[in-house]
Amino acid sequence: MNFVNLFKIALKALSNNKMRGFLTMLGIIIGVAAVITMLAIGQGSKKSIQMEISEMGSNMIMIMPGAYMRGGVRSSSSDMESLKLADFSSIEASCPHVTFISPIVQSSAQAIYGANNTPTSIYGVNQDYLEIRSYKVGDGDIFTDQDIRTAAKVCVVGKTIVDNLFPDGENPVGKVIRFGSIPFRIIGVLESKGYNSMGMDQDDVILAPYTTIQKRILAINHIQQIVCAATSEADTEVAISEITEVLRTNHKIKAGDDDNFNIRSQEEMASMMNSVTSMMTILLAAVAGISLVVGGIGIMNIMYVSVTERTREIGLRMSIGAKGRDILAQFLIESILISVTGGIIGVLFGAVAAYLVQLIGNFPVSVQMWTVVLAFAVCTLTGIFFGWYPAKKASNLDPIEALRYE
Amino acid sequence: MGKEIIRLDNIRRHFQVGDETVKALRGVSFTIEEGEFVTIMGSSGSGKSTLLNTLGCLDTPTSGEYYLDGVDVRSMGKNERATLRNRKIGFIFQSYNLLAKTTAVENVELPLMYNPSYSAKQRKAMAIDALKAVGLGDRLYHKSNQMSGGQMQRVAIARALVNNPAVILADEATGNLDTRTSFEILVLFQRLHEEGRTIVFVTHNPEIAQYSSRNITLKDGKVISDTRNDNILDARAALAAMPVQTD
Repeated sequence: MNFVNLFKIALKALSNNKMRGFLTMLGIIIGVAAVITMLAIGQGSKKSIQMEISEMGSNMIMIMPGAYMRGGVRSSSSDMESLKLADFSSIEASCPHVTFISPIVQSSAQAIYGANNTPTSIYGVNQDYLEIRSYKVGDGDIFTDQDIRTAAKVCVVGKTIVDNLFPDGENPVGKVIRFGSIPFRIIGVLESKGYNSMGMDQDDVILAPYTTIQKRILAINHIQQIVCAATSEADTEVAISEITEVLRTNHKIKAGDDDNFNIRSQEEMASMMNSVTSMMTILLAAVAGISLVVGGIGIMNIMYVSVTERTREIGLRMSIGAKGRDILAQFLIESILISVTGGIIGVLFGAVAAYLVQLIGNFPVSVQMWTVVLAFAVCTLTGIFFGWYPAKKASNLDPIEALRYE
Repeated sequence: MGKEIIRLDNIRRHFQVGDETVKALRGVSFTIEEGEFVTIMGSSGSGKSTLLNTLGCLDTPTSGEYYLDGVDVRSMGKNERATLRNRKIGFIFQSYNLLAKTTAVENVELPLMYNPSYSAKQRKAMAIDALKAVGLGDRLYHKSNQMSGGQMQRVAIARALVNNPAVILADEATGNLDTRTSFEILVLFQRLHEEGRTIVFVTHNPEIAQYSSRNITLKDGKVISDTRNDNILDARAALAAMPVQTD
């Protein structure tokens, strides 16, 4: 008996019971649609987080002073004055896997222009900072080395600052704003970057030469943070160990003692974020997978009913020459047809549902090929697995008994 | 002497029911030649059904030899017997056993579906020929639930004929039909007999024996009589003699 004939027979049997077939299929449809949608949501958020992180600069490394014990008191890391400009210079000079590097000193206050004001932060950095954080200057220009040397009172502002201080659409370049009591002349405006994955407004920022912030606002000699970029994402590890080496030497830390600084890379954060979203994806898929199993059990149930109901038919088929394996194949094809057809419809439904989630819920989704392939494979396996026992039962019937069955 | 189609040699069939051994067939031997129309009679419990199952290769005897069209059946496996049934035997059942919601043509095609040497086109042509041969040329695409009992049995007969079998096995083929329709079916069987087909007709109705060429009677698992019928009645004449219902 060839496959085409078996296929025709199975199709015929299904079309004899359309409603029942459809309802059985519905279990699979819902299961597969759920798997596809859930995976799309999980993958979507993972992808968007990955994108945000790489936008921030996936090879970014942050160096902060570490909290350490002083006379039995554990101090806050922000009180530490252990990071010096000398550290910045040595890292710049002797770490070959570090490309861009900038010190950071930060202060928060009210920015004021005329009658408008807004609370914001000012970051004292150098020009490399823009490269590291992928900022771009739109109007105007970034400050120069000369500005850094002279601690010039110039700044570059983000779009949120411009919107808040210049609501009438004036050109901010060349205007003088006050940050607290210190006047700063705006020499450039940053291109908008929007919100990052933590919900932080990346445009609510003022950048100024770090020397200006150190000397004119904070009156400090140390620096609060150093941020730098490794030559590539893959080189992050190497760069971190180079920096560690330099800092330990600079800070005269004995072998075996703890570092008095912390180094964080975006890669660390990315992998943390990934593990969170992966966990979420697995959870969603597991819930959806359960509904697929329930659908499979529905198939098994219906196939059992179908075998019992068609006992005489099976007896007849055997008496006119069907072998056990023909009967087995017939019922197996029936259950696979149900599950695969359900799978196809489910994939379509799932994709549409995912699209609606994106459209209405404004949630990032991503239907990926492997989820479709996975759902499909699971469907076929479901059909075979749950169809096998009923089909086996049918093929093992004794034709004499089956023909006599009432 | 015609060609030997069926040869039974001391067939015994025992069933184990609990602790008891039921001896359904206790040494049955006979041969049936090509072109014979044999009725097998016997009261219930005489072993008719077991004999028919054995003849139909659905069951294997406990001992004894069975040759169907020269092939030794007893040594065959399950799958070989299935193929043998497909090629050599046409079954006709009391309750027709047509597939529900399926057209006459599709029902008749069924045995050919299990024979990979026929194409879909050939199957259909052969099924239509078989249906025409049983007088259902105008009911090819009627579904089984749209037909009368007599028509359904004709479809079943067409299904038994379509693979051109060595022997047609009928199990109480007229049992579910009224007298008139029974005779119509008998006419059909006699015509098949005239065309040279070998028919084994199991029944408990003694009347039918008068229309066959030979009658074998079973009792308690043994053949108690095996007689040739020299005076075969014509079913067509009997049908014509029946009062035609006018109301």
